[in-house]
Amino acid sequence: MLRLDGIHRSFGDRLVLDDVGFSVERGKLTGFVGGNGAGKTTTMRIILGVLSADSGTITLDGNPLGDHERRAFGYMPEERGLYPKMHVLDQIAYLARLHGYDRRSATERARDLLEKLGLGERLDSPVDDLSLGNQQRAQIAAALVHDPEVLILDEPFSGLDPMAVDVVLGVLSEHAAKGAPVLFSSHQLDVVERLCDDVVVIAGGKIRASGEKEALRQQYAAPRYEIASGGDMGWLRTEPGVQVVEFDGGYALFDADEATAQRVLRAALDAAPVTQFAPVRPRLAEIFRDIVTDEQRHDETTTTPKETVR
Amino acid sequence: MSRRTPMLPTTPSSTTSTRPAIPGTAQATLMVAEREIFSQLRTKSFIVSTIVMLALVLGGIILSSVLGDRIGGGDTQVAVVPETAAVIADVEGLEAVEAADADAARALVESEEVSAALLPDTSADNPLGVVVVGLDSAPDSVLSALAVTPPVELLEEADTSEGVRYLVSLLFGAVFLFAASSFGGQIAQNTVQEKQSRIVEILLSTVPPRALLAGKILGNTVLAVGQIAAIAAVAVLGLVLTGQDELLGLVGAPVAWFVLFFLVGFILLAALFASAASLVSRIEDTGSVLMPVIMLVMIPYFAVIFFNDNDLVLTIMSYVPFSAAVGMPVRLFLGTAEWWEPLLSLVILAGSALLVTAIGARIYSRSVLRTGRRVTLSEALSKAS
Repeated sequence: MLRLDGIHRSFGDRLVLDDVGFSVERGKLTGFVGGNGAGKTTTMRIILGVLSADSGTITLDGNPLGDHERRAFGYMPEERGLYPKMHVLDQIAYLARLHGYDRRSATERARDLLEKLGLGERLDSPVDDLSLGNQQRAQIAAALVHDPEVLILDEPFSGLDPMAVDVVLGVLSEHAAKGAPVLFSSHQLDVVERLCDDVVVIAGGKIRASGEKEALRQQYAAPRYEIASGGDMGWLRTEPGVQVVEFDGGYALFDADEATAQRVLRAALDAAPVTQFAPVRPRLAEIFRDIVTDEQRHDETTTTPKETVR
Repeated sequence: MSRRTPMLPTTPSSTTSTRPAIPGTAQATLMVAEREIFSQLRTKSFIVSTIVMLALVLGGIILSSVLGDRIGGGDTQVAVVPETAAVIADVEGLEAVEAADADAARALVESEEVSAALLPDTSADNPLGVVVVGLDSAPDSVLSALAVTPPVELLEEADTSEGVRYLVSLLFGAVFLFAASSFGGQIAQNTVQEKQSRIVEILLSTVPPRALLAGKILGNTVLAVGQIAAIAAVAVLGLVLTGQDELLGLVGAPVAWFVLFFLVGFILLAALFASAASLVSRIEDTGSVLMPVIMLVMIPYFAVIFFNDNDLVLTIMSYVPFSAAVGMPVRLFLGTAEWWEPLLSLVILAGSALLVTAIGARIYSRSVLRTGRRVTLSEALSKAS
């Protein structure tokens, strides 16, 4: 398990990471979600050791992370980078050699991986000549070629077509299944929710939530209900303790605590036949939408708990 | 390796057991250097420019030799018979063409295959005992070569002529400027390209920054020195092929020193180029940071052209690390340097190269990951990253 605790980092006098702490379990895909500038890339660079933290600790299975352990990590940076003129196969094999593989097995590994990622036809093309999607695949190969013990990927799915997403997801899941902690970032909550097991939400340099996907939904979702009735539900708007989210004649979606919801149901039954009444569990994308998409407003209207959940 | 955290017992351990040992800094440096070398050897521009340059050097030497023969005469062919062969055997500027007898020798002159013939003359009024046979005019070159001149004693050794002095200085300066700026520029460009494309983040998550910088310097130094050595070898070859061995004796040692000085001097410049380039994030911004370094490379070139007749300036140049690679070989060629001077200068150069590389490594490791606006020198040197 990869674990971060109390990570702080400032650039000049701007605090970009404020007490960041979360863990990435072995065998799971963990999604790291946040808006632009939330601190995802900084956090990942610190995990990789290409940037140092002002304070805080990172451990792998309880042992402090040193340069030596980090060499076995696989990393895909946010801004894609490979040598533009170098041939794809040479390039990936070169990276494998830097990780200690001899020339022959490095080339073999690179070839196998690139073929698996669907680049078998383009092994001898310069990276420059590849389409953006294929460059992305080559980039993923660069992160995976040494069979990393921990995988850190910054926005691996951005710019991929749906088929490539599946291919990449398959390769990542395979690594997770072998027991490697896999952390990938995204600014798209729905992508993370669809693909990963655990979620870490970061905003303004602080971790807002982290943990198993379903647990987070239960924990952070405001109790929300849906009701459909034969009569008009307009009266619901003036009901104390009820926050109407959506309204359309006899249909309403509203937030309320459980007792209030039961009271609403009874009142509705008294007024007209109720055809539907059910609690609604919103998707994570809806729960954290405000946090993830809006960096400015969350400071004024913070409603989600600030404490870290693990 | 043993310090690596073991996998969870429940998971298959195949991934860890097959992973090889992480290469050390030296090994990583060699691999980085290898990539630098091969990626440049594969570019068309490198191959073409190298071939063109070598061809120019060889062509220049051959051309000057051929032109020199046309203008200056070279060896004049003279037909001899066995009795007269000994007369011109040791005469410089004449080449003997053996003929069976006097008639055969005259025939060679008539067919213009030789400039003249040297035949025995037994008549009493000829104290030399030989006669020179020409076609339609007295063959002056043969006559002057055969003329007996008394030995001459000079009270002062002649200075190297102004023209040769200028030419040799210019050549050392130009080769230095060309090689240092083209390979230095290549290092700078690679550094910024790695930074701009962010592959540097992948590389640095694998190898230490020092290995990356050292590999870059090593690779390009090998290429640069290789090219310089190839030029020197082709020049030597050209001189030998065209029979200008005596010139070789004059420039041979200075050229060897030049290669040695260039090797150490280029390491210094390479560290400067790489660390300067690591301050910026985009190719477009390299101009401003490289300007001071390029000035340093150009100074020796212009100084040696303008001051090649000023011994004081040359002496200073031959000790200043940035210009020693040009200044010292020129002084050696002119014969104005004592035997220990190149050694002392080389020690100074090596010392400053070590110092600059250490500072360069510091700047490089601190700024290579910082993107966005240009990193100032004071930030790179002082602030802990």
